[in-house]
Amino acid sequence: MVAKIVVVTSGKGGVGKTTSSAAIGTGFALRGLKTVIIDFDVGLRNLDLVMNCERRVVYDLINVINEEATLSQALIKDKRTDGLYILPASQTRDKDALTVEGVQRVLDELSGVFDIIVCDSPAGIEKGALTAMYFADEAIIVTNPEVSSVRDSDRILGILQSKTKRAAEGREPVKEHLLITRYSPERVKKGEMLSIQDIEEILAVPLLGVIPESKSVLKASNQGLPVILDSVSVAGQAYGDAVDRFLGQEVEHRFINPSRMAIFKRMFGGE
Amino acid sequence: MTDTLAAKAAQLQERLLNKAGKKEANSPADNEETSFQLKATRLTLTQLELYDYDYDNFNRQMSKNLKQAPHFFNQTPVVITLDKIRNTDKKVDFIELTQMCQEYGVFPIAVRGGTEEMQLSALVAGLPALPNQGSSKSSNDDATDKAQESAAPKEEMRPSKIIHRPVRSGQQIYAQGCDLILLGPVSTGAEVLSDGNIHIYAPLRGRALAGIRGNKDTHIFCQQLEAELVSIAGHYKVSDDLQGTHWGQSIHARLDGQHLKISGLTS
Repeated sequence: MVAKIVVVTSGKGGVGKTTSSAAIGTGFALRGLKTVIIDFDVGLRNLDLVMNCERRVVYDLINVINEEATLSQALIKDKRTDGLYILPASQTRDKDALTVEGVQRVLDELSGVFDIIVCDSPAGIEKGALTAMYFADEAIIVTNPEVSSVRDSDRILGILQSKTKRAAEGREPVKEHLLITRYSPERVKKGEMLSIQDIEEILAVPLLGVIPESKSVLKASNQGLPVILDSVSVAGQAYGDAVDRFLGQEVEHRFINPSRMAIFKRMFGGE
Repeated sequence: MTDTLAAKAAQLQERLLNKAGKKEANSPADNEETSFQLKATRLTLTQLELYDYDYDNFNRQMSKNLKQAPHFFNQTPVVITLDKIRNTDKKVDFIELTQMCQEYGVFPIAVRGGTEEMQLSALVAGLPALPNQGSSKSSNDDATDKAQESAAPKEEMRPSKIIHRPVRSGQQIYAQGCDLILLGPVSTGAEVLSDGNIHIYAPLRGRALAGIRGNKDTHIFCQQLEAELVSIAGHYKVSDDLQGTHWGQSIHARLDGQHLKISGLTS
């Protein structure tokens, strides 16, 4: 069995890579795929907080790379979702501790056990991000409807085409998916935000999903609950749709037009 | 701004041509019908040894030197040598550098040494690379270069370089010795270069530079003009100059004398 390696990346920081990795990884597991999410943000570990397993971290990715711990010692089993594991990053080291050979060994070993490996990339285009994407089969590009985020995503797409293992070996290029987060149809309508069409036109990448701006995302992060588990929240539902699309289902995009509620609220001056 | 720069370049070229013309007038073999003749010459030139390029530092040092030796800064041609650059990974903005030098009366005419990448970006700014002096390797290179040059007139058609995927921000595509055809968009922050023509069957949002080895008979065609910069043989227009009737439209860019002309692409 060979696991599919998916990198969640963006170039720009703070656009929702970790939130999306947690939500989508959990979504895969909920649909019966044995999933592991790896935090590549060495030195700025966050995934453990979003997944609410920070109190159970003993060993981390760098320990495994340096052969100071085995994979089974470092992997943390998620308590809420079956078949979901987290491999945390090291907080005390920096990105130089990541080696391509080491990461390859870890991925090879995971590949025998898991169906899908989600690599949560750090921001930037330096070693951490490059290592996280190097072995990817598919990439989810997280973009906010904002020009600087779109440009950074464009840069990352260029790097995905030229600096991954697939590119080096001349194999079929990394399959790209566009995930727009923090989208607010009301603000797009007012002309304050880039529209889905604007972003698609610039990036020319198939759209995987649009996650609407929602208070539930921040709440979920702070509670350590992947937002996809909050089935009432629109963001959670949108992540669910994105996972289904990733797995090949045709699902219509929701939450991309101003909601009636929002229009009412604006009419009556509430916010 | 571009126009004044282009005019400056034109003046400079005319001045250089005039000098060459004077020399030729002395030779009796001159036939009135031939308008010019190419001849080898040896010149003594000043070199500007670049260690590091930073706009402010460079500007400061220039104005300091200007005070110390005002006579030097009088239409002085210089060759920029790149061998002593401290950080070869850092990008040098040769367009900005050239422009600043010219404002101080120093006219860079070529570069020497440096990495291939540096030489390429210098070429984009209209500064060709001179062969390295003195090293035994360069004489060999010269020999092979000459062999290639002499073979060049018989050259077969070089196939165009065709790019199917979008050219992303930060990427650079160079079609050496041939045309460049792009089927996907060129993003902001991307650069496409060609010794020949450039065809873009998609939006151009980055930079497109045709005829970068000085071929003025090259053209740029693009389906949707939203470019940061369009240049033909060193004559360029930046985004600000491109706003107006042709913005967002399909265009054909070519050189009309010293002037970069943009017109609509209509059948």
